[in-house]
Amino acid sequence: MLDVRGLKKVYEGSGRRVEAVRDLTFAVGAGELVCLVGPSGCGKTTLLKCVGGLLAPTGGEVLLEGRKVSGPPPGMAFVFQEYGRSLFPWMRVGENVGLPLRQKGLSRARRGELVRDALGSVGLADAVRAYPWQLSGGMQQRVAIARALAYEPRVLLMDEPFAAVDAQTRADLEDLVRGLWRERGITILFVTHDIDEAVYLGERVIVLSASPTVVREQLKVDLPVERDQLHTRVDPRFAELRTHVYEQIQAAKKGVVAS
Amino acid sequence: MRRALLRLVFAVALPALLVTVWWVASAGSTDVYWPPLRTIVEAFPDVWTAERLRGDVLPSALRLAGGYALAAVVGVALGTAIGSYRRVRAVCEPVLEFLRAVPPPVLVPVIMLFAGIGDTMKVTVIAAGCVWPVLLNTVEGVRAVDPVMAETARSYGITGAARLRNLVLRSASPQIFAGLRQALSIGIILMVISEMFAASNGLGFTIVQFQRGFAIPDMWTGILVLGLLGFLLSVVFQWVERRVLGWYHGLRASARRSP
Repeated sequence: MLDVRGLKKVYEGSGRRVEAVRDLTFAVGAGELVCLVGPSGCGKTTLLKCVGGLLAPTGGEVLLEGRKVSGPPPGMAFVFQEYGRSLFPWMRVGENVGLPLRQKGLSRARRGELVRDALGSVGLADAVRAYPWQLSGGMQQRVAIARALAYEPRVLLMDEPFAAVDAQTRADLEDLVRGLWRERGITILFVTHDIDEAVYLGERVIVLSASPTVVREQLKVDLPVERDQLHTRVDPRFAELRTHVYEQIQAAKKGVVAS
Repeated sequence: MRRALLRLVFAVALPALLVTVWWVASAGSTDVYWPPLRTIVEAFPDVWTAERLRGDVLPSALRLAGGYALAAVVGVALGTAIGSYRRVRAVCEPVLEFLRAVPPPVLVPVIMLFAGIGDTMKVTVIAAGCVWPVLLNTVEGVRAVDPVMAETARSYGITGAARLRNLVLRSASPQIFAGLRQALSIGIILMVISEMFAASNGLGFTIVQFQRGFAIPDMWTGILVLGLLGFLLSVVFQWVERRVLGWYHGLRASARRSP
């Protein structure tokens, strides 16, 4: 579904050359939920923007269903960390969700249907007429997720979407993402710096090194598909996995100090 | 209901006080140039007859509307172009700073040279003065589009005219309105001045005629009409602004509530 091959991104500016991503290769299968986790500042956002066609990589390539990504492809939707700055404050919730669909040239009736359906899926059916700034942070991020769902993407890219919401909201939103993934069978690439979140959400966790980034380890999460905040998080296997990932991340950070 | 009444009282109190002071202070005035307010008020209905409203106030208002609309369209269009492209901005900025620094009334004799003394001249003068605050504010507003919103638009394929309509202009609209507000008061000033130079009708022309004919109370009524016109236009402007920028005021209010 999604192939990242030898991805490299170097920022050059004002005499400084920063190698954010050195050499990344991984694949995401159709219908898979993959979490990318790495130490802070390891170029996760850069990586995701390259995958989403928002940034041009310096080297390597990203393939979506075998086709090279050279700009934001129509089959991909992005959910940003800064929900407050990603929704347009001058549009009501319904218009925000419907705007990308208008751009796709869908009929009015079909648009209305998709908007209602997407907002219903995230539990905000009655917020259509509200403005984003009238909603709480968690609800705003739900709207952003609804906008992505309504776009009917084959791949959903999520860039630390829950980093700015409180812990309880975050737990709800994690369950929402798992639920939507199971219901709709979309492929999700989820970037986070939170190890627990990565293990709880993902079917597979890709651990990244510190910047300049390479893939440090790929880990299959062999927890049951049916997960819930209460039981999964106290599952001994969950503890093993998170400890393992934690050690990997710590080692990755030390790697920076050593080199 | 009571609060609305109280607000009305507050709004009316100071004007009422000032009019009273003027009334009392000028009551026994024998100075030809400072006639009693009573005389001015008595002269008002005789001077501002329906015929005069049609013959002088209407042409003035139409010139103002024409010049202002022209300035708004040109200012927003050029401002958007200049604000969107760094290169264009680099080329235009010094010239703009110079042109803005030229006091618009100075343009009247110059524009008269090639536009004659008809309505074209007056509309041109008004437009030439009003365009700067609109243009410069639009440039700033367009430059300040939030990068996350810009990326959101890009990732959902919102480009070209749709981007301009749904993102750039909407996001810049608070600044555009600030420019339009400044332009409105400049427009009224230029309307009067352009009619004082060379005209056969209009508010500025009439006031100067009264002054030259030593019809001092009549001249004062003209000044009152100008004041009332300015007040009326500002009320209309505020009404439009509240409708168009409702989201902005709501957003700011919600940001103040939860810092």
